[in-house]
Amino acid sequence: MSVDTATVARIASLARLKVGEAELEAMVPELNGILAWVEQLGEVDVTGIEPMTAVIENHLRLRDDVIDADPLTGGGVREAVLANAPAAEHGFFGVPKVIE
Amino acid sequence: MADLTDLGVAAIRDGVAKGLFTAVEVAEAFNANVAAAQAALNAFIVTTPDAAIEAAKATDARRAAGQPLGKMGGVPIGMKDLFATRGVQTTAASHILEGFEPEYESTVSQKLWDAGAGMLGKLNMDQFAMGSSNETSYFGNVISPWRRNDGGNAPLAPGGSSGGSSAAVSARLCPAATGTDTGGSIRQPAAFTGISGIKPTYGRCSRWGIVAFASSLDQAGPMARDVRDCAIMLEAMAGFDPKDATSLNLPVPEWEAGLNADLRGKKVGVPREYRMDGTDADVLASWDQGIEWLKDAGAEVIDISLPHTKYALPAYYIVAPAEASSNLARYDGVRYGLRDLPDGANLQEMYAATRAAGFGAEVKRRILIGTYVLSAGFYDAYYTQAQKVRTLISHDFRNAFAEVDVILAPTAPTAAFGLGDMVSDPLAMYLNDVFAVPASLAGLPAMSVPAGLNREGLPLGLQIVGKPFDEQGVLNAGLAIESRAGFAARPERWW
Repeated sequence: MSVDTATVARIASLARLKVGEAELEAMVPELNGILAWVEQLGEVDVTGIEPMTAVIENHLRLRDDVIDADPLTGGGVREAVLANAPAAEHGFFGVPKVIE
Repeated sequence: MADLTDLGVAAIRDGVAKGLFTAVEVAEAFNANVAAAQAALNAFIVTTPDAAIEAAKATDARRAAGQPLGKMGGVPIGMKDLFATRGVQTTAASHILEGFEPEYESTVSQKLWDAGAGMLGKLNMDQFAMGSSNETSYFGNVISPWRRNDGGNAPLAPGGSSGGSSAAVSARLCPAATGTDTGGSIRQPAAFTGISGIKPTYGRCSRWGIVAFASSLDQAGPMARDVRDCAIMLEAMAGFDPKDATSLNLPVPEWEAGLNADLRGKKVGVPREYRMDGTDADVLASWDQGIEWLKDAGAEVIDISLPHTKYALPAYYIVAPAEASSNLARYDGVRYGLRDLPDGANLQEMYAATRAAGFGAEVKRRILIGTYVLSAGFYDAYYTQAQKVRTLISHDFRNAFAEVDVILAPTAPTAAFGLGDMVSDPLAMYLNDVFAVPASLAGLPAMSVPAGLNREGLPLGLQIVGKPFDEQGVLNAGLAIESRAGFAARPERWW
């Protein structure tokens, strides 16, 4: 499978990446080179093989269902959460208007 | 007094404990080397000399009070800029995180500080750990301290993505540094610069507070001048962390105490599929030499087959970008990092403009590949197929380890290449990780140790891959090679 300019533009839009015309044109052959190369995976017989879900057998844990089980992520740290925000306003993350 | 910056982790730790010198003297000596090399090597993104001195003073005070100094007591280290450090800029070498000062400390870095280490600075790297030459950093290339012996001064790649770490350790700017390895990012730079580095079993070191690239592959590990120093530092870095869902709930072995270069009774596998076209003749010769060294250490060497080896790299270049495209979705100009808000832009346009301005070309390339292979209609053909091939690669190793204890292979197919030599061809760059990626896909412990110099006077590394949880076996085989290789070469100081 290979991609054309329109497909790369669609992927870039899905990935929320603004890509100019010239950049788009340059990316098409690069991505096609990589995609053509990974296509060799198609020749591997994977009959009856499960896709890998974990490299090392491990059990997912659940934390205790209590408030502030981990004080770092439990809440009450609004200032710390907002400290690096580009536009913190009134205790919230500021964004451009989304409702007319 | 001898130059303190010639000392490694064990020698510093022991010397401080015995009172041969103070931790502050050590920190001052390394701070001076860091400052003197910064303009030429660009190994650090930010330097933190005061933090190094402060930690050293604390160690000296503990010694004066008769308290234990910790596994890394008095040892100043470099911290790869992928680890969140409280109040110290953490960027993953990207523009999108420029100025980001975390409100929290990564588990691994906190463990190192708790063990008595101090921070010399945040080390340069490939942007978001995507690269094999440290040429994708927003903060400029790292220059390897090594030069070819042809009298030319062509700047060489320190490897990547942990290129600041490898350059800094080999240039004696720090006795050890943290690295992270997603598809070879500890081992390949270690090989390129004549140092040692180990990626432990997936889950040994907590990923909490490490900027995520490909979460099923990312694993932290130490980079240092020898095997013992790696063992010491890995003990300080490893351990169960409830904040990381894939952290292994296992005790941390005493790897340093367990070091033993006697390999009698051990079996070493040599995978025939790793004898690939395009591998440098000197690299193949060093591999043969490594086989002889391990035989000399008492090991039995066995020819093995890892039949799906050639598919590891293409599988990696589906799985890793897929995970990256998902992980990097968080950089949107809202909660932290860069925001680019063109006049009149709406929210969606702000996301797209921010990400376009904040990510470098290689990061965008991988996000696009990842988005494509996960998109509707292509998911099964690419992503599911790659994850099945990954299962087969893991089976290859499992079958091999039914027969052998460790596997010996080259770390990289070439010695260090010149900066700029590969940047125009992403695929050629990816192929430099051909020997490193299979162990990453299978989550196995793997290390690179220096084996010698090639005909250009550049270091070559040998790689040892072990069974899950058997870092000790990997370290011991590494020690057997190290003690026979007698690698003492170091870059001549030109900076």
